[in-house]
Amino acid sequence: MARALINVPPKAKRGEVIEIKTLISHTMETGFRPDPTGKPIPRDIITDFVCKYNGEEIFRAELFPAIGANPFISFFTVATASGTLAFEWTGDNGFTATESVDITVE
Amino acid sequence: MTRCAALVLVAALLGPPALAAEIPLTERKSGYDFMSRETRAMQDDETTNPGMLWVLDGEALWTRKDGAAAQSCADCHGDARTSMKGVAARYPAFDAARGRPVDLEQRINICRADRQRATPFAPESKDLLALAAFVGRQSRGIPIEIADDERTKPFLQAGRDMFHQRQGQLNLSCAQCHDDNWGQKLAGAPIPQGHATGYPLYRLEWQTVGSLQRRLRNCLFGMRAVSYPFGAPENVDLELYLMWRARGMPFEAPAVRP
Amino acid sequence: MTHDNDILQATRRRVVMGTAALAGAAGIGLMLTSAPASATPASMRAAIRKVVGEAQPKKGRIKIDLPPLIENGNAVPLTLSVESPMTAEDYVKAIHLFTEKNPQPNVISVQLGARAGRAVISTRIRLADSQKVVAIAQMSDGSFWTEELEVVVTLAACLEGV
Repeated sequence: MARALINVPPKAKRGEVIEIKTLISHTMETGFRPDPTGKPIPRDIITDFVCKYNGEEIFRAELFPAIGANPFISFFTVATASGTLAFEWTGDNGFTATESVDITVE
Repeated sequence: MTRCAALVLVAALLGPPALAAEIPLTERKSGYDFMSRETRAMQDDETTNPGMLWVLDGEALWTRKDGAAAQSCADCHGDARTSMKGVAARYPAFDAARGRPVDLEQRINICRADRQRATPFAPESKDLLALAAFVGRQSRGIPIEIADDERTKPFLQAGRDMFHQRQGQLNLSCAQCHDDNWGQKLAGAPIPQGHATGYPLYRLEWQTVGSLQRRLRNCLFGMRAVSYPFGAPENVDLELYLMWRARGMPFEAPAVRP
Repeated sequence: MTHDNDILQATRRRVVMGTAALAGAAGIGLMLTSAPASATPASMRAAIRKVVGEAQPKKGRIKIDLPPLIENGNAVPLTLSVESPMTAEDYVKAIHLFTEKNPQPNVISVQLGARAGRAVISTRIRLADSQKVVAIAQMSDGSFWTEELEVVVTLAACLEGV
């Protein structure tokens, strides 16, 4: 599975707006790059990224070939309750990756 | 102006060969100082530095038992945070058994072959770069220190000679750009001083992590000179000289460069 | 204008090809293929229309943070931020970014909501050339807001083949 690096504050106050930073390894092959013979290398990208907070979707992104290799995506959410942040990446050629991080909200 | 035309112009203007003056120690700047604010931020922040993905992979490999001996790096070296602290900052280092310096990637492969009795990693393979990045990370911030003694002297000299030698179709030497014309622009991009302070590093141009040897092969290719294969002693001699040239500067692995 | 750029690119490639023939290096062939497909202002407008329909986005409220001079178009740090109270009654529904000269116009589309707390996202994008990028914010009241930015992209000075 592709390696992912997630950064979420381990603890937050209820109602606090927290930043979530995500990084995943993936070449994000655009489909426009030529191989040594001149033929385009087929597209192979992550197309969707979803974050769920205790099962409820809080963020969704649709990615295109213009997103750089090893995609970095950061966004914000309101810390509502302790629990789990679940991340899922899906893409071409059946690519999927998941990661989850616990958060304590007091 | 096209990039190659710019290089030809530079080569023409630089005149007859003269021994380039080494940059005074106090005037040395890492490639970091020539980067934009945004790229520097990418390197500094471990939550955004793409090289950290390789460091994480290397951390996993560190504890993985491998080879006929079924040993992991950790079995001999324990916690890398202590045992590898400062190590990458003094490589390439002299290997007594081989009678010459070896770089960090070679050292990792020597351990794999001799201690783990496993197949060495291929050059520039993901696993080799991951381990080098992980070990390199343990030296972040530590001043580079290369031994300059009777054993390393001939190899340092060989590296120094190569750095100053005009070569390739453009008849350019490394020194002419990186000692004499650093800070000036070549086809819109600033010429850095060429200190190998952050390898292995994530190069935006490569969109992946790569070693110093990869960069040197590309430099020579860009100069229209013949580059040496991975593992060639010429590469390691040049690495040795470059790290010695950067002595005292803080190690930055895993760095980010444009 | 685009046609002139294509000719300039082709000329540049022919000069490089001439030098490569001298060098005889096999690896350089990698760079000398036909020009890739490229978006045009028209295809960007079509991609935007797919999102906003017949609505006319108003200028403002969304800000594009991109370095004005980009060292390498492969990984350009981008931040999009939208002014909004982000309450259940008044929030940002979605943010989109488009380019004019990349091979295709879409870059990213993000779905938000009141739970986001702050309508700010960051990522790293690819920019094929110096060009204009356009951002669109879609609000909970159905309104669209837009901003555009011109950026300059430079490339690595020394050609690499390996």
